[in-house]
Amino acid sequence: MTALLAVEDLSLGFATEAGFAAVLDRVSLSIERGRVLGLVGESGCGKTTLARAILGVLPRDSARITGGRVWFRGTDLLTADPEVVNRTVRGRAITFVPQDPFTSFNPLFTVGEQVMEILKWKSPRANLPAGRGWLPAVVSPYPAERKRLDFDAVIELLDAVQLPRPDQLLRKYPHELSGGQRQRLMIAMALLPGPDLVIADEPTTALDVTIQAQVLGLIRRLATERNVAVLLTTHDLGAAYEICDAVAVMYAGQDVESAPVDRFFAHPAHPYTKKLLASLPRADGTASGIPGEVPALIAPPGGCRFHPRCERAAGPCREARPPVDLLESGHWVRCYHPHRDAP
Amino acid sequence: MTPAILPAILPPLLGVRDLRVHFAVRGPFNRRIGSIKAVDGVSFDLMPGEVFGLVGESGCGKSTLGKTIMGIHRPGAGEIWFAGQRIDRLSPAARRAVRRSLQYAYQDPGASLDPRWKIGRSLHEPLVIHTDLDAAGRDARIRDILEAVGLPDTHLDLYPHEISGGQQRRVGLARILTLHPKVVILDEPTSGLDVSVQATVLALFRSLRATFALTYMLISHDLAVVRTMCSRVAVMYLGRIVETGPTETIFERPRHPYTRSLLAAIPRIGGARVTRDFWLQGEPPDPGNIPSGCRFRTRCPKAADLCAREEPALSTLGQSSVACHFPD
Repeated sequence: MTALLAVEDLSLGFATEAGFAAVLDRVSLSIERGRVLGLVGESGCGKTTLARAILGVLPRDSARITGGRVWFRGTDLLTADPEVVNRTVRGRAITFVPQDPFTSFNPLFTVGEQVMEILKWKSPRANLPAGRGWLPAVVSPYPAERKRLDFDAVIELLDAVQLPRPDQLLRKYPHELSGGQRQRLMIAMALLPGPDLVIADEPTTALDVTIQAQVLGLIRRLATERNVAVLLTTHDLGAAYEICDAVAVMYAGQDVESAPVDRFFAHPAHPYTKKLLASLPRADGTASGIPGEVPALIAPPGGCRFHPRCERAAGPCREARPPVDLLESGHWVRCYHPHRDAP
Repeated sequence: MTPAILPAILPPLLGVRDLRVHFAVRGPFNRRIGSIKAVDGVSFDLMPGEVFGLVGESGCGKSTLGKTIMGIHRPGAGEIWFAGQRIDRLSPAARRAVRRSLQYAYQDPGASLDPRWKIGRSLHEPLVIHTDLDAAGRDARIRDILEAVGLPDTHLDLYPHEISGGQQRRVGLARILTLHPKVVILDEPTSGLDVSVQATVLALFRSLRATFALTYMLISHDLAVVRTMCSRVAVMYLGRIVETGPTETIFERPRHPYTRSLLAAIPRIGGARVTRDFWLQGEPPDPGNIPSGCRFRTRCPKAADLCAREEPALSTLGQSSVACHFPD
């Protein structure tokens, strides 16, 4: 089975006042339909940048892609016609669940108006652009027939994300909803266009644990039921453990390890992964942190970017990035000195 | 793990008795149309040297409780005692003297530091207000504390935006510790930190507690952090403590259904997936419109008629106290 999305050796950076910041350094990942891939890393490791690069919503004036490809259903999104990508992929086949659902809503409109606004443009039932050819797109009418079908789809999906009394909810303003409700609504909005891939950027960071458990369960169930691929970026290893099929770890803009979820937590191979897992607080209070700080990306360390903080680092680590080392089916690591367990 | 061996004869360092903080909800013409019971009848004692954890979901009133103890909010009813003195009705001048030994570490240290001040100036400020030290004396004390929290002297000349989140936390802590407080209220001390940084910050809290003989009250929604740090825990739900007791008892044998669901919601790496059959439905009700009787009954699987009629009081059960008609 070919992957739905395959990112190959993607490198990109941002032009800043201090110089060029090389944020992503030859990152690869792939994801299949109906699977949940967790992209784990600490803040500043480039996971959100990667998510935005796949969506194609990086700031145009400062971001520069320096290499690599983003294959989605067989086309390279980076070289494809932007007009076609915008109409058929972005917001249609690939949708996005943001980290903070509050700032993503417009406070001046009811949530119902905002949900229907999406469907006016991105409904799976719209094969043609809405409206008549001679009208400017913004003022073109929304055909009543399709509007009714779209509204039914909205109500059905709000039921699916377990929002009670959906028709009343749609008449409310964003501030009248709780954080959990807003995030459920965001998930529903991401699923409305009938996407193949949902990118969820830290969807539960702003939520309480009990709500987090409910929302994570919802994402997992909807992904399986609707055969949608989910790319879940998170810094919370517990959340990744809960719902992911596979986990990929990033450090300072490099992908360092990827493995099926059980293998990942039982046999981490990269020294960074191992230390990250050891940093989780435990009942006996023995959690160890990682000394040092994430490097600045203006002048990142050469080779493996983790080497200044790694006690296993030796000569080659400083010079060249380690190649992919396949330890087992589906489990690879980019390290010269990985932790190998006896089988 | 924090040792909980404390002589029983010691009086509590900080005592809160039946504290209530209600915020008015006002309609047109400033008419009072309701009230939000942020804290509604909370009592607890803080013993010298212990680490007391206060957990609950957002909106349960845990930060309001901490801020009321600090005198930021005025309590509607109830008493707050600190070191044998009642502090909830003090004059502002007398309050200032208390504040020196009772300090509050804010949730977001980045936002509580003035962005236009260098770190050094922010660290001098509390000493200018609370002590008579001259500039050289203040400088000496600041350098001592900086070393204790693990920051280099060169950071004194930096601005808050130039340092990382973990370092801002350290600065926030240094700022408090220069006054040699007795009690520090830590409000969500690890929110917004990455796990690798969180572990080092927690280790720092532990070592500072030993060095400066501190007593902590730790407010957090992160149960894993509370478990590693605290000797005693209280669980809050909608302005009330629903269960309190020694950390191990609470985590090993939770008796209140809310505590059980809270613990069940934490992902346990290597264990069963909790999201598959997480049973707690819905969200906490609006604090402006609290259900009658037991506050948790609208989401509780055990709720019966009695729960709607009568609000359960906190009663002792084994080593812990629980406010539930049908505890486990």
